[in-house]
Amino acid sequence: MVMAVYAALLYMPEDSDWMTSEVRAEHHAFGEAAAEVIGGAVALYPTGSATTITVAGGPGGDVLVTDGPYAEAKEILIGLYLLEAADLDEAIGWAARIPTAWRGKVELRPVLPVSSWPF
Amino acid sequence: MTVTPQQQLAETVRVEGARVLATLIRTLGSVQLAEDAVQDAAVAALQTWPRDGIPDDPRAWLTVTARHKAYDALRREAARPGKELAAGWDAPLVAPDLAPEVLEMVEPDSVVRDDQLRLIFTCCHPALAREAQVALALRTLAGLDAGAIARGFLVPEATMAKRLTRARQKIAQARIPYRVPPDAELPARLASVLAVVHLIATESHAPSSGEQVARVDLEAEAVRLARLVNELMPGEPEVLSLLALLLFTAARRPARVDAAGDPVPLAAQDRSGWDHAAIAEASGLLAEAVRRSQGVAGPYQLQAHLSACHATAPTYAATNWDRIVGLYDLLLSLSANPAVALNRAVAVGERDGPAAGLAALDAITGMARSHLWHAARAEALRRLGDTGRARDELRQALELAPTAPERRLLSRRLAAMPSQ
Repeated sequence: MVMAVYAALLYMPEDSDWMTSEVRAEHHAFGEAAAEVIGGAVALYPTGSATTITVAGGPGGDVLVTDGPYAEAKEILIGLYLLEAADLDEAIGWAARIPTAWRGKVELRPVLPVSSWPF
Repeated sequence: MTVTPQQQLAETVRVEGARVLATLIRTLGSVQLAEDAVQDAAVAALQTWPRDGIPDDPRAWLTVTARHKAYDALRREAARPGKELAAGWDAPLVAPDLAPEVLEMVEPDSVVRDDQLRLIFTCCHPALAREAQVALALRTLAGLDAGAIARGFLVPEATMAKRLTRARQKIAQARIPYRVPPDAELPARLASVLAVVHLIATESHAPSSGEQVARVDLEAEAVRLARLVNELMPGEPEVLSLLALLLFTAARRPARVDAAGDPVPLAAQDRSGWDHAAIAEASGLLAEAVRRSQGVAGPYQLQAHLSACHATAPTYAATNWDRIVGLYDLLLSLSANPAVALNRAVAVGERDGPAAGLAALDAITGMARSHLWHAARAEALRRLGDTGRARDELRQALELAPTAPERRLLSRRLAAMPSQ
């Protein structure tokens, strides 16, 4: 069975603190429980540190740099896990064990295999 | 209604094609590829069967033809330059095995049934939006094309086609599995399946007059799908109950609209025009659901009991309103729903008189924008002799009513209301 990779994108309310020792401990426990299916993980600093870049017109155009995240929203991306699973139900099973699933929200996005990247 | 040989033929192709599709989705691993193959086979059948006669085993013919079509499509795809780029977008997950002996294979009935059950759960997977679930169920399980489904829900065909394409892509890209859920998840997943079938029956806008040429009878499709689920999962109390509910409702259909296509209220319906064979069948199914549910009635069983109360009452006046109020109370205890509360209030009015009914209507919040609520208030006020306020309520209902037949019905009531 060829496994699929899902990005589990972690969203939390903008004003929440996701770096407390309690949250860290929960993620640590998830990381141990799900070690066999986690293909990678990223935790992000708060959006106050974000910078958004856009190039006007096309390649080589003016580089526009703005302070802050791309989308202003009540819930912000705080990190992600890459999960290996046979199908969506299996991925949902793992995603439901990520601490962010009860502290915020987890969005599952299937990851395109590198061989079929459109870019 | 007389059925022409062509219609009979098209019906066979549609029903058998839907069965073939369920198996092909599993063996090909792609909804899109399987749908295209079955579509091509159906076209071939409609071309050759009128000339050569319907084969002894139509499904076997369609299965083998569809497999060959899929095989051809895959070969064309493989020969196309740049296929590496296309793979992964909506390509089959597993390379299908289409060896010559597989191409000629025809699955036994038991396998086809298992495949149809898998397909039902895939179409109604919670990762798909409800409207996508509904569209997929009608496309793949009922074998309706996008145009027919679009006509049934009064949306443009392009909208429906896009909805189906997105749903197929999501199944392929997110890998929504093709299997019957494990027991632990089954109750919740089955509830989703039943909600889809129920929605097809209630949200359809089947044209009741002969104005539209290609009539799409989604209520009949819902009954057919409920029968299919009941056949595939025999003895499930809520499945039995939903089928009973749909049959009770469909049984009243001949009397539900008048010659002009306008709705006839229950109180005014000619009960001799109801389909009493369907009512008897529904009663039997409901009795079996009660036996099998061991005293715990689910929401569809309660609704079926409500429908049974109406369908088996000799006259409107002789309806057992006390039992109906009790059933609505139980239904409301499962989930608060203003529409259910409204029906309960109407039943209270029939049981305890218009003053009690009006009080029950006033106790419901959040219905000020509902024409049904204003129409019910108008009826209670009329019976209390307050025709002035009843007229005001009818005018508000008229303003809020969403469909022309409902507006015509309300206009007639307003015209019939005596001035004070």
